[in-house]
Amino acid sequence: MRLKRKDILTIEDLAKDEIELILSTAQSFKEVSEREIKKVPTLRGRTIINLFYEASTRTRTSFEIAAKRMSADAINISASSSSVAKGETLKDTAKNLEAMNPDCIVLRHPSSGAPQVLAGFIKCSVINAGDGSHEHPSQALLDLLTVKEKLGRIDGLKIVIVGDISHSRVARSNIYGFTKLGAEVSVVAPPTMMPSGIASMGCNVKNRIEDAITDADVIMMLRIQLERHKVPLFPTVREYSRLFGLDRKKLGKAKKDIVILHPGPINRGVEIASDIADAPYSLILDQVKNGVAVRMALFYLLLGGSRE
Amino acid sequence: MNTKNIMDAKGIERALTRIAHEIIEKNKGAEGMVILGIPTRGAYIAKRLKDILKSIEGVDLPVGAVDATLYRDDIGMKQEQPILKETDIPVSIDNRKIIIVDDVLFTGRTIRAAMNVIMDFGRPSSIQLAVLIDRGHKELPIRPDYIGKNVPTSMQEEVRVHLQEIDGIDEVVVEAE
Repeated sequence: MRLKRKDILTIEDLAKDEIELILSTAQSFKEVSEREIKKVPTLRGRTIINLFYEASTRTRTSFEIAAKRMSADAINISASSSSVAKGETLKDTAKNLEAMNPDCIVLRHPSSGAPQVLAGFIKCSVINAGDGSHEHPSQALLDLLTVKEKLGRIDGLKIVIVGDISHSRVARSNIYGFTKLGAEVSVVAPPTMMPSGIASMGCNVKNRIEDAITDADVIMMLRIQLERHKVPLFPTVREYSRLFGLDRKKLGKAKKDIVILHPGPINRGVEIASDIADAPYSLILDQVKNGVAVRMALFYLLLGGSRE
Repeated sequence: MNTKNIMDAKGIERALTRIAHEIIEKNKGAEGMVILGIPTRGAYIAKRLKDILKSIEGVDLPVGAVDATLYRDDIGMKQEQPILKETDIPVSIDNRKIIIVDDVLFTGRTIRAAMNVIMDFGRPSSIQLAVLIDRGHKELPIRPDYIGKNVPTSMQEEVRVHLQEIDGIDEVVVEAE
């Protein structure tokens, strides 16, 4: 089994065996980050550009570290400090970057579908690092790796995703990813943050977190993306937190061996209580650790084959 | 396809026992050694060598695996990415004698890559190479210290080592088109 793709744009596109190849490759890469010399020469001479049109700490750093541990040259561009601020279009920026002959562009963009558009008119590989409220494939892959590592499997698990589903590309990618690998996904959100037709993606829709988590194996909490809300979607943060935030009382309804995920950045005391974020069953920092391995695997699988 | 069996289970066992004795003779004992096999089959042979050395010398040597894939010189030249395997170097290798173990020595390029991996983990006092089969056609100045069997082959032939642990049978076969 090999990955025969130019780009990683969505989890929706990926077949089950492609996801499994990426996960097993990432598992092998974890060990490289534990070495004293945390670097392998595999992608020497390859150039990777991180083109970020939105704020990011974790994802951008993770892609950059992954590229550097593979010996590729990583260049970071953020929209606020580049010619994008002078009014250049995505296409023009990409064409200009392509003229400098990179091997891969990692794109984060506020518009859903931007990476697909980009991949269509440049020859190098494109990795979607999050596009609008569409998908965030590397996040779903690292979530899958984290759960698989902790619980030993994905198939047959019950996953509950709670929060701002309508604005969450993480939720979308994870619904595709977990269901493709045989898990049962439920989503929980206030009606104002639950997109209509979400059930057609193959997940259960629930209204109360207490009902959803009773038989869950994994709870994934999402951040409230206030910056994407054009109109207020709930009365107060306090009310949201009381009804949909994960605290000790609600967690009492869950199984004893539950594990908690959160894609970060976390808002302590809003969607997740501080003590739960720091508890041993919280895998938040394992997710970050696995993120580097997953991104190394993506670079290896996209750039490790021949250029022809 | 023409298949010729050149070693059976007994032959493999005898060859590994002889290699173990040669390792002890050359190094005047087995102290301070680390045995590192190249996955997949080299790693199994490394474990067997460790067991034989334990029964002869009574020392329990650390054994691990070193995957050379990420250090290959043909990354990006082949159509498909090579599949990664496990690297597990369980102890510090500084000032230790390393025995690299592989099933078949062919061009020597994998061994070159494996040595680079090892050098990134530390500074061993020496590196030695043990192979079950040396089939010739080396492309680099690499020479094994311990050889189970020399098997002159043509470029059209394939040498396949089958091991109980993974293939269910111990044998070495030469396949020709």
